[in-house]
Amino acid sequence: MSIQEIQEEVIEEFEIFEDWMQRYEHMIDLGKSLPLIADEFKTEDNIIKGCQSKVWVHAELKNDQLEFTADSDAIITKGIIAILIRVFSNQHPKDILAAETDFIDQIGLKEHLSPTRANGLVSMIKQIKMYAIAFQTQLN
Amino acid sequence: MFDVNEIRKDFPILERTVNGQPLIYFDNAATSQTPNQVIEVISNYYRNYNSNIHRGVHALSQEATDVYENARQKIQHHFNAARAHEIIFTSGTTHSINIVASGYSKLLQAGDELIVSAMEHHSNIVPWQMLCDRTGAILKVIPMDQAGVLDIDAYKDLLSKKTKLVFVNHVSNALGTVNPIEEIIKLAHISGAKVLIDGAQASPHIKADVQALEVDYYVTSAHKLCGPTGVGMLYGKEELLSQLPPYQGGGEMIAEVSFEKTTYADLPHKFEAGTPNIAGGIAFGAALDYMNAIGFETIAAYEQELLIYATEQLKEIDGVKIYGEAPQKTAVISFNVDEIHPYDIGSILDKMGIAVRTGHHCAQPIMDFYKIPGTIRISFSFYNTEKEIDTLIKGLKKAILMLK
Repeated sequence: MSIQEIQEEVIEEFEIFEDWMQRYEHMIDLGKSLPLIADEFKTEDNIIKGCQSKVWVHAELKNDQLEFTADSDAIITKGIIAILIRVFSNQHPKDILAAETDFIDQIGLKEHLSPTRANGLVSMIKQIKMYAIAFQTQLN
Repeated sequence: MFDVNEIRKDFPILERTVNGQPLIYFDNAATSQTPNQVIEVISNYYRNYNSNIHRGVHALSQEATDVYENARQKIQHHFNAARAHEIIFTSGTTHSINIVASGYSKLLQAGDELIVSAMEHHSNIVPWQMLCDRTGAILKVIPMDQAGVLDIDAYKDLLSKKTKLVFVNHVSNALGTVNPIEEIIKLAHISGAKVLIDGAQASPHIKADVQALEVDYYVTSAHKLCGPTGVGMLYGKEELLSQLPPYQGGGEMIAEVSFEKTTYADLPHKFEAGTPNIAGGIAFGAALDYMNAIGFETIAAYEQELLIYATEQLKEIDGVKIYGEAPQKTAVISFNVDEIHPYDIGSILDKMGIAVRTGHHCAQPIMDFYKIPGTIRISFSFYNTEKEIDTLIKGLKKAILMLK
């Protein structure tokens, strides 16, 4: 599936929830299914700065596609990063770079985009795009 | 007679909703809300006599100057400073501390010692570390125990002839501990050291008397005590402030300027370069009027009731651990629930319209001491109610169920 298609799927999935509590419960569930980063990559270097909770992200290139793994010490943050990984993992770096991130608004997580928000959703997206740039350069 | 329901009418923000729920504001240690009486003073300034102070010969400028200087006197009287010019208007506590820390750059020598406490806000640590970098002075730390109480015996051992400055907060922002500053100041003076007390967290609850304390410098911010952001004060003893060099150059702080030589203005203007936050300074005075009309003893007594009520309720919840259980505390509770990350609980409480602070509260050394990433901090003001605490407890229980 393309990034666009996965985003639409995520939006649809969140549409069935009637209130924030159901949305958050779903995010917490998603957090529990996050593809966990291997301990060896849980290093200071892989910590995303700007988050109140700790977030580690690791990327590997497999068959020209980027595969992400991650972890966080806060469960809601884990849910957010799980959604991002579902959208961006197993995609070509150039598609990741070209992708829009408006879907965040549409699944009711807009408040996490504010620059003051300490979970650093903005930093997570930036980090994912940075990995894409780095691996795109390798592919060229 | 103190009636919280009457008091709440003074604070328009308390009528709003957040995420569809009535706002419950428990982040008062970060900033307090502003009553109509203060908002009107700010509005009235811009509507009726906005003009630059200390310079103009015209009526508006003189009026603004009078009201601004009158605010300085209100601050002077509130803190019982001996002279109005010992009160320096600043942009806030951080600015005040930096004026003093910068001022000691040429007054210290390598090997001089400075003493800080283990429970300081970063703003009362970093400016002094920068001073140490500039001068070669050495920073020593007064340790604290698990309850969040400073070890005064250890402090006595740290003091020596080499000690030049001691800086401690009156109240810890992360733990609520009220520190024994009278004793800290007395002991420092016996060693010949000067003392700066960071009063940012104490000022909303405790009226400090700088002459009775014999404190050398006392600093605070208006926004912690119902005033606006961007304004605060540095109190310093006249003879000490006179010795400190200016912090910033510019207009207002000079006596005479030529390209060959500039002479500086007298106190307080020496430290007040540039056009100040005029409306802010005036509103600072109005905020003190507002709080003094209610009375600091009344405020503190009511807040203590809230503190005791909330502490009892919290302790009944399984897994709650409170950080900071000093015998003397302001109405601040820092806590965690089992292994749940404070950020998760804070995010869910926010969805319920309850504002709390999560994180390290700009006091990372305290979090390192307890080996935790941060805490949830609830901090009360005199406009909060027991009913709001009940809602918090209910919300917290719900959040724990969701997160476990």
